[in-house]
Amino acid sequence: MSGVHIDIVSKQHHHGHRASPTIGPLQLDIAPNQFVCLVGPSGCGKTTLLQMIAGLDRDYVGQIVGSTTRLNNTRLADTTIAYMFQNPRLLPWYSVRQNIELVFQGPVPTTLIDQLLVTMQLEPCQHDYPQRLSLGMQRRVAIIRAFAINPDLLLMDEPFVSLDAPAARQIRKLLRCLWQQRPHTVLFVTHDVREAIALADRLIFLSPSPMQTLADIAVDIPREQRDDEVAIDTFKTRLLSSHPEIHDLL
Amino acid sequence: MIAQAFGQRTLAALSLLTLFAAWHVAALLLESRTLPLPATVAATFWQACASGELPYHLGMTLLRLLASFSIAMVLGCAIGVALGRHAGLNAFFDNWLLIFLNVPALVTIILCYVWFGLDESAAILAVVINKLPNVIVTIREGARSLDQDLLEMAESYRLGKWKTLRHVIWPQLYPFVMGATRSGLALIWKIILVVELLGRSNGMGYQLHVFFQLFDVASLLAYTVAFIIVIQIIETGLLKPLERKAQRWRR
Repeated sequence: MSGVHIDIVSKQHHHGHRASPTIGPLQLDIAPNQFVCLVGPSGCGKTTLLQMIAGLDRDYVGQIVGSTTRLNNTRLADTTIAYMFQNPRLLPWYSVRQNIELVFQGPVPTTLIDQLLVTMQLEPCQHDYPQRLSLGMQRRVAIIRAFAINPDLLLMDEPFVSLDAPAARQIRKLLRCLWQQRPHTVLFVTHDVREAIALADRLIFLSPSPMQTLADIAVDIPREQRDDEVAIDTFKTRLLSSHPEIHDLL
Repeated sequence: MIAQAFGQRTLAALSLLTLFAAWHVAALLLESRTLPLPATVAATFWQACASGELPYHLGMTLLRLLASFSIAMVLGCAIGVALGRHAGLNAFFDNWLLIFLNVPALVTIILCYVWFGLDESAAILAVVINKLPNVIVTIREGARSLDQDLLEMAESYRLGKWKTLRHVIWPQLYPFVMGATRSGLALIWKIILVVELLGRSNGMGYQLHVFFQLFDVASLLAYTVAFIIVIQIIETGLLKPLERKAQRWRR
């Protein structure tokens, strides 16, 4: 429901008295309900960009605003954002279920949470404290928390790192399924191009610091074929031959 | 396990018995008014309780304790969090804190009585001023060590100020608050007696002063026993369960 309009003139990183540019100039227009993957080398500022979009980092020159189909410039502060960080960031003093229920402003959608817990195979330990779970399980809790609030804008920062391949595949499928049921804007940071192709409508390749757009590519594989390894490989090969500038990233 | 627990119980009981036995023997040997027999102290204790004198003075002291402790904790938490979260404020007030931490308790008490008169509010203010810097320092430490990751999570999910305070910040401050409570009670007990001794006409401190002037060691010891019992009740009946409850989630 909410698109994002990003126009960053510059973003600097301060260490001591010196400042070095990390992002910019960078312009991106994310259409409402688009699923966008940001692909770039580690340390190029992808996480910083997500933090700026989430409003956690306001120290930059430029502006980031939301846009809906009806209104053009809404404040991002009014949209429901779910942010999946690289680490799970669960409250250790609350159980799995309490952690999920905490983020709701209004009534808690009990049935939805039940369903998600079952899908993520976390139902048996929903009343355990996070520290008693493995890191992979904690990540899945964080994923449920992000999905359950039905966000307008979902920010995901390499959410499937450290999950084993079958679990990652399963959650990717769930993410796609949820997104089709209830379309929302997704910004997904990854350095795994195959993952990006399997998920996204649009790939944005980013340069090392100071971060700029290297390439902006639409993924035209139909949704039904996203599980097809061959289709993804073909797309990847075509991508490489047509965009030599992103060769270093792959 | 059970045998071990039993062994420890017996040891604890034995050590207490030894203490009383040593006291008893020493008192018998000395045969002096300045060291009464444990039995005499017990009798005095019972009389003081029955006459209502001890409960009254103990109650007054407990009331003062409750008032000054609550004020010091609430103020200390608020100021401590403010200083811990704002570097500028902290830099400005750090020296004040240092000075107040190092003013001897007796000086604050005398000054409060001189400036505000020998009344209840001056007494409580004196205790609060003595306790406050300690609370502030402890809570400031807690506020500094707040988990930034969790605060960011709270902000991005728009938990709001109140929810963040209650669910994200408070549980992290809790161990520090418990620490301040523990050390605070120990400190306040001692200060409050001096406050009462110097300028009140009831309470444990006042009574101890009277007994001192009468050379009534039996009563002195009887009141001390009452004191120890009350502190132990607060410790095991209130503080330990509170702490256990807050630690449940730890591995």
